[in-house]
Amino acid sequence: MSILGNRVLRKEDPRFLRGEATYVENLTLEGALTITFVRSLLAHARVVGVDTSAAEALPDVQVFTGADIDVTTGPPPIPVLEQRMRRPVVAKDVVRFVGDIVAVVVSPDRATGVDAAELVSVEYDPLPVVVDMTDAAKDEVILYPEVGTNVAGRAGRMDHDQNLFEGCDVVVSDTIESQRMAGCPLEVRSAAAQVDADGRVTAWLSTQVPHRDHFGLTATLGMEPGQLRVIAPDVGGGFGAKSAFGAEETLIVWLARHLGKPVRWTETRSESMIALPHGRGQRLELKLGGTRDGKLLAYRIDILADAGAYTGVGAFLPNLTGLLSSGVYAIPRIEVEGCSVVTNTTPMTTIRGAGRPEAAQAIERMVDLFAAEIGMDPAELRRKNFIAKDAFPYQTASHATYDSGDYEGALDLALRSVGYEVLRAEQRRRRDAGGTLELGIGISSYTEITNPLGEEEYGEVEITPDGGAIVHTGSFSHGQGHETTFAMIVGERLGLPLEKITVVKGDTDDVPKGTGTFGSKSTQIGGMAARGAADAVVERAKGLVGDYLEASAADIVLDTGQGRFHVVGTPQPALSWTELAERATADGRLEELKAQHDFQAPPTFPFGVHIAVVEVDVETGKVELERLVAVDDAGTLINPLIAEGQVHGGVFTGVAQALYEEFVYDEEGNPLTSTLVGYAFPSSADLPGWEAVEMETPTPANELGVKGIGESGTIGSTPAVWNAVLDALAPYGVRHVDMPCNGENVWRALQEASA
Amino acid sequence: MIPAAFEYARAGSVEEAIELLGRDEDAKVLAGGHSLIPALKLRIARPSVLVDIGRLEGLSYVREDGDVVAIGALTRHAALVRDPVLAARCPLIAHAAELVGDPQVRHLGTIGGSLAHADPASDLGAVALVLDGELVARGPNGERTIPMTEFFTGPFTNALGPQELLTEIRVPTVERGVYLKYQRSVRDWATVGVAAAVVDGRVQVGLASMGATPLRASAVEEALAGGASPADAAARAGDGTEPPADVNASSEYRAHLARVLVRRALEQL
Amino acid sequence: MTNVALTVNGVRHEADVEPRLLLVYYLRETLGLKGTNVGCDTSSCGACTILVDGQSVKSCTLLTAQADGSDVTTIEGLAADGELHPVQQAFHEQHALQCGYCTPGFVMATVSLLQENPSPSEEEIRHGLEGNLCRCTGYHNIVRAVEAAARAGA
Repeated sequence: MSILGNRVLRKEDPRFLRGEATYVENLTLEGALTITFVRSLLAHARVVGVDTSAAEALPDVQVFTGADIDVTTGPPPIPVLEQRMRRPVVAKDVVRFVGDIVAVVVSPDRATGVDAAELVSVEYDPLPVVVDMTDAAKDEVILYPEVGTNVAGRAGRMDHDQNLFEGCDVVVSDTIESQRMAGCPLEVRSAAAQVDADGRVTAWLSTQVPHRDHFGLTATLGMEPGQLRVIAPDVGGGFGAKSAFGAEETLIVWLARHLGKPVRWTETRSESMIALPHGRGQRLELKLGGTRDGKLLAYRIDILADAGAYTGVGAFLPNLTGLLSSGVYAIPRIEVEGCSVVTNTTPMTTIRGAGRPEAAQAIERMVDLFAAEIGMDPAELRRKNFIAKDAFPYQTASHATYDSGDYEGALDLALRSVGYEVLRAEQRRRRDAGGTLELGIGISSYTEITNPLGEEEYGEVEITPDGGAIVHTGSFSHGQGHETTFAMIVGERLGLPLEKITVVKGDTDDVPKGTGTFGSKSTQIGGMAARGAADAVVERAKGLVGDYLEASAADIVLDTGQGRFHVVGTPQPALSWTELAERATADGRLEELKAQHDFQAPPTFPFGVHIAVVEVDVETGKVELERLVAVDDAGTLINPLIAEGQVHGGVFTGVAQALYEEFVYDEEGNPLTSTLVGYAFPSSADLPGWEAVEMETPTPANELGVKGIGESGTIGSTPAVWNAVLDALAPYGVRHVDMPCNGENVWRALQEASA
Repeated sequence: MIPAAFEYARAGSVEEAIELLGRDEDAKVLAGGHSLIPALKLRIARPSVLVDIGRLEGLSYVREDGDVVAIGALTRHAALVRDPVLAARCPLIAHAAELVGDPQVRHLGTIGGSLAHADPASDLGAVALVLDGELVARGPNGERTIPMTEFFTGPFTNALGPQELLTEIRVPTVERGVYLKYQRSVRDWATVGVAAAVVDGRVQVGLASMGATPLRASAVEEALAGGASPADAAARAGDGTEPPADVNASSEYRAHLARVLVRRALEQL
Repeated sequence: MTNVALTVNGVRHEADVEPRLLLVYYLRETLGLKGTNVGCDTSSCGACTILVDGQSVKSCTLLTAQADGSDVTTIEGLAADGELHPVQQAFHEQHALQCGYCTPGFVMATVSLLQENPSPSEEEIRHGLEGNLCRCTGYHNIVRAVEAAARAGA
């Protein structure tokens, strides 16, 4: 009886439920000084001067400016990214977005820090501001004169095939926007650092990627790797926003070294809303062509992406969007062109889904437009064009090689679960009755890429003197439940119960290397690495048991049901892990019961179908989401309880984009949604329950058969809700509604259609 | 997140509060604090001293006073929601109170604080206006009554003198009343709020978020008095208003919402 | 400075505090009760929710001075003799937490909600929790947890 596949309650829960979690802000750090950042209130300006005198007149306050701190961070070294748009951690000459750091206040406590920061007086010489990405792409106002263009990154090819749509009786087109979103983890960022007695710096960071941070911080600050220890304790959510260290974390480490004193910082929420990188922000020009009887033949996707003020990993995302542009369809001809441009806004990063939600939004809207154009049911059009279940591995015309998929199976399951025919009948009834509350049913069929970089993850398992196990993982759970899931994986291999297994993570002293957690990769590479390490420990254990039982190691077996080793065919004598550990400890051989394993595998492609049911009040435009059915297939489910939780959270983010959230700037680059009052983060009362439906098609990519599920919910749900809104408005001649599909945007679409 | 520094004084009586307010022209009253403290934390408000009246006795009640319901200014929203006298005599107030903020806010926020804050988006403001309520204020020159129609003088400004304290809100017995609140999310202030009630046989309509203060939709009321249908009267909902434009909505959309919601409120009345 | 005396999780405390000291920081930094979290600066997210005189309030929107004479319960004060409170237990059993940051606030808001409404409908639960935000769970399992806690007579 394997524990895998069971809905096991989480081991890590107690400390969170009792208020004993170890978020960085909870750290007790004796004598720590508080850091407060002074941030630009202008989106683009030359810094003429910074007057710190009034601030430094406050007791024990010190202020640093760009003149004092000459450190620059750069974009990731990816060839398609412009490398010259680098960010000085403290702006010295130019500020490029509202939120750019202009000065750093050191104070004995938080309140004094805020008081002092207010007193720092900055003189600016305003420069022309570019906020809209389409304007930036015109290269009329150049933000980096030394570079000469606002282009920060490219994807696809710039040459167009004039014959792309040859043979297409029907071509539909639209321009859509996947609007800018804020990641909004409930825990904003905190960081703390101190120089230890031995001269090494310890940094506590609210991050998803402690080892990546370690590498980046030492490189940026010119430190030897051994001079820094990074500890990520409990972290209250990341969603991709915390998957790269920023100017702030760099400054915290720099200040600790410079001052020789411990320092700490926690951003405020309104600070975080502009300082923590944003996501999405793509405008896509789309054209889909095919035959009148529903065979899709050609697709052109032109991506313009907002990179924000400085080139970062966000500028790379059109490449992922292009890669996934084919979605779940066998479209023979696809042309992708993509370009990211800098603007005077918060830089962009990989927020939950990172380029793949945009791909799904694009193809799923176009498929629905095509279906409407030829008068075919949107489920039927999808079915006609799915990549067949037996066609895998399948290489798409956008150069992605999908490992496995059963798109029709997912569609059938979703249609059944939602009661599709009954809903269509209700929709017809309401249309005939002619009321003002229209029903809309929207389908989204998606696949996405997890473990997108095909990374290698580290795992180590060691046996403790009392016969338990400690798993060291380079993955970093910040809500994903690895302390339970990885314990389940290792426990199943070792034949040990969960109570005897501890998972250790997040401290570069405890785990020598790792890739952190993002890109929905951790179970498939971190879990597999831990599994491999467990298997290696079992092999070593057999050697010791062979010595103790005077048999050949090759003749020793592990009964995982009992957690006992014995000679094959002879159940007694047997040694339990506890007995083995005791004897090994006594003999000084416990160290042998430890092994490491690196696991690398190529990306995998989870898939699914989401169906949304909305009710639209066509007088006010208000959309109520009534139901969301989510079929998500991410291969084998190690712990369905945790996997389902990931789907719930992912769906929430996707629905939030479809109906509620948008980060907005005015024409001067002033952020208008920089608090949780203006930013429409939905509450429980704004949403229904989620109907998550399980489906498991194991992947051949690893022995567990697991893919990633963390971003699936987000990717699948947005197009389903968006399509549902358009479906409700079809009788009114509406073909397009801007996201978020709030009352005003729906009302405007109705106005335009009736004009 | 951290307010600018201020001094703090606890008032033991209304008289003491009036006296404390008189000592410093930048003094502000602290009741439930759920309008004031958020402003302090963003440093939008920077009073020199807060006069805390939150513990004053005898200002939290709902009483019948002839045809009028008298509500103590320090009555918390949560108490209004549950109050049996209000439920029987003026349920519209209880209904609007239930839509203010969230449960935590309603445990501490007070009706007096809410009205004195004079937010143009105030639910209770629109409702008290539509009911032709009266406010009782006490100051260094004694007590006076201010009609709701004269209370809101501009965005976040009211007719109280610098040392005056609201002590009571008086509303008539009104059995038929509707308050419709349109929001993007339930967390938001009203994008547009519409209150409608029959007061002394006359249909009255109040609007939230349609101007610099909560407003009466006078053009709608006149049309109704002249015999117009709800739909025709509602078409006048935007007359004389200057709906704001912000991240929640454009002016145009607000005007549209007002017309739709006024019609619906009148139909439900 | 202002003098305050209040009871927190059954223990009486007295202190002289700066008037502008928010109750959440008094609890976290003066008393060392770090279970109550700060998630925003506009009283929106509810991560700081505690009970004051038995009712849920956002401790970031109260001055410590205002809590003089009050009886305060934080997340640390819920479990009796080390046993999880039924609401905490329900959150665990329904997988109603992931990163845990919003959890203490939701638990305290739930305790208050169930005191006022022991048998809430799903709609009443969702509206009863609109003062608390979560980014991880999509609220679904939190609602299930409140229902389970209500059934358990929490």
